Amino acid sequence: MAVMAEPVAAQVKRSSLWSRAFESRNFLGAMFMVPAIAILILFLAYPLALGFWLGMTDTKIGGVGRYIGFQNFVSLSKDSVFWLSVFNTIFYTVFASIVKFAIGLYLALLLNERLPFKSMLRAIVLLPFVVPTVLSAIAFWWIYDSQFSIISWVLIKAGLLTHYIDFLGDPWNARWSVVLANIWRGVPFVAITLLAGLQTISPSLYEAANLDGATNMQRFRHITLPMLSPIIAVVMTFSVLMTFTDFQLIYTITRGGPINATHLMATLSFQRAITGGNLGEGAAISNAMIPFLVAAILLSFFGLQRSRWQQGGRD
Amino acid sequence: MSDFDRRSVLKAGLGGAALLAGPGIVPVRAAEWTNTPEPNASIRVLRWKQFIQAEFDKFAEQTKKFSEKTGIKVKLEAESWEDIRPKAAVAANVGAGPDLIVGTLDDPFKFPEKLIDVTDVADYLGKQYGGWYPVAERYGKKGNNWIAIPQGATGGCLNYRISHVKAAGFEEFPKDTAGFLKLCQALKKNNTPAGFALGHATGDANGWCQWALWAFGGKVVNDKNEVVLDAPETIAALEYVKQLYATFIPGVLSWNDSNNNKAFLNGELSLTLNGISIWTVGKNSPDPKQQEIAKDMNHAPMPIGPVGVPTEQQNVLVYYGYKHSKYPKAVKEYIKFMMDKENYDAWEVASNGYVSPPLPAYNDNPVWTSDPKITPYRDCLKRCRDNGYAGDLGYASAAVMGDFVVVDMFAEAASGQATPQEAAKRAAERAKRYYQV
Repeated sequence: MAVMAEPVAAQVKRSSLWSRAFESRNFLGAMFMVPAIAILILFLAYPLALGFWLGMTDTKIGGVGRYIGFQNFVSLSKDSVFWLSVFNTIFYTVFASIVKFAIGLYLALLLNERLPFKSMLRAIVLLPFVVPTVLSAIAFWWIYDSQFSIISWVLIKAGLLTHYIDFLGDPWNARWSVVLANIWRGVPFVAITLLAGLQTISPSLYEAANLDGATNMQRFRHITLPMLSPIIAVVMTFSVLMTFTDFQLIYTITRGGPINATHLMATLSFQRAITGGNLGEGAAISNAMIPFLVAAILLSFFGLQRSRWQQGGRD
Repeated sequence: MSDFDRRSVLKAGLGGAALLAGPGIVPVRAAEWTNTPEPNASIRVLRWKQFIQAEFDKFAEQTKKFSEKTGIKVKLEAESWEDIRPKAAVAANVGAGPDLIVGTLDDPFKFPEKLIDVTDVADYLGKQYGGWYPVAERYGKKGNNWIAIPQGATGGCLNYRISHVKAAGFEEFPKDTAGFLKLCQALKKNNTPAGFALGHATGDANGWCQWALWAFGGKVVNDKNEVVLDAPETIAALEYVKQLYATFIPGVLSWNDSNNNKAFLNGELSLTLNGISIWTVGKNSPDPKQQEIAKDMNHAPMPIGPVGVPTEQQNVLVYYGYKHSKYPKAVKEYIKFMMDKENYDAWEVASNGYVSPPLPAYNDNPVWTSDPKITPYRDCLKRCRDNGYAGDLGYASAAVMGDFVVVDMFAEAASGQATPQEAAKRAAERAKRYYQV
């Protein structure tokens, strides 16, 4: 009996330890965090780490790669198509993001005013965001078609042109064309989010400014813009990230052509990894996007810090 | 008598039989097929999406017939053949997904160790029907074993408007590259231009650009897999295409695989490279204008260049089964059934000659002579080279094609974005990155 009593006592001791642990706020808090941490590790950290690892290997489709260090990056540094895709990505992101912001802000300000049919107008603004990307890409592909473009057709019928515009067959035309498609697609996100931000600004601030005799421009510059800056920082971070990593629009409209003039890093990564079978190099191209994306996030982070300071908080 | 021993008599006999079997007159001998599919087998088949509805319907009907006959359940799915490649790659990588894929070109050579050995199916079909076209064998065989069974090719021929070619001064379609250039120039002069895809169009752009490269003696690699693209032969091909490009309808730099179909059936194009689908769609269209275009259409093989032999590149279709399948024997049974002449012939008739056969014995199908406009598609695999020429099929050949190295080279030189010399040099550098591995 004495032999049996000892393990039972140990069990009771362990059980009480376990029970006591659950009475601790810190332990309980940590336990509640476990599922969230597990999800983050499984679905965010692991794929990212795997991407890093693949970029350092010569993995081919269906094969097991071996570690080759930075060889993929060295090889890419000598690859003219890769550098062209870097240029295209930056060009695409900068121009599309700036225009999306300008149009989005304008629409947000407009929709924040007292307008007739305001709800309907807001719904219309959201439409491009509602349509699946691939569908809108196919629509643009037709709009830009070298033989059947509605734009060229209208301009020719109006007597303004004699030839169809080669939207996608000329490198620079193609770049601007895909930028325009991205702007159309991305404006609603910017507009609606900024509109939400505008509606959080207290009307009393504008009333006080009116009493002080502020002009519209002064009200915009000294009230709207500073109050909106945290939202702008968030919106522009997301807008830049989504534009920089865009894939569907380009892949559907041009597949990176003509002569790689519209290849973004994301589309080139797919082409090299999946179509070309070189997973390692494809992953390396994706990894090469990370410094740019981190820079965009840091920019937004510091922007947010600054806006907190503007609102009287501590940095 | 010593000159006629048993061995030489046997050789002569087999040779004669092979000659007869070549045009599909008789099989060499009835081959044996011994395969017992797993009990209660069920397989998932992913194939290329149809361009001709009747073709897919017949394929599905044959599949149903197979299930009824063997008791093997088959789930048939279709994807655009551009989209099969990533799915096939993912299936190979993760070891799950379809049991069998009917995909394209040298995809199986990217992951050969993941695939079922189908040597017995290939041997059976080869022996039963008198042998494969050499290019079909290249697309199926790795080393001594077969990793894929060629289904045929969505044959590409020149599609042209008979009246426009005649108006350009050509009673017969030119058979050489010099005459072909003259024809394109005359078509342009008559404002009835030619147009060939120069965008990232996997089928059409690769098809005619590889033809042009090979027609002038150029090649990406030699038989030792050394990149030899930056060569005078390549420059000659680029100079030639530059002259051709000047005669094309505007916009070809942006064309993908569907643009030429649309432009042709809209009456804006007189000459292009395509499968038989333009004609079939036009013929069956309710639109009288498209019917008229189909009546005025004919097809021709790609012209022969200075090398003096046909140098076509065709979109070869291949069956390949995965080792991750629980029912590899059922997979092989299915391939064998679908490739058996009786079933293949019926499917070919339904597709109106859309797929050029990989076995010469299948050339006797009446569909090929039912209309002379169909006949040029029959021999596509006879005139075709594999896309790894003159080296091996494998990761590098697939990557060079997947990365559009040759197409971009022609597009750069043709559009004046680079001189032919610069374009060839840049393309050679790109190709070397793949062939160095």
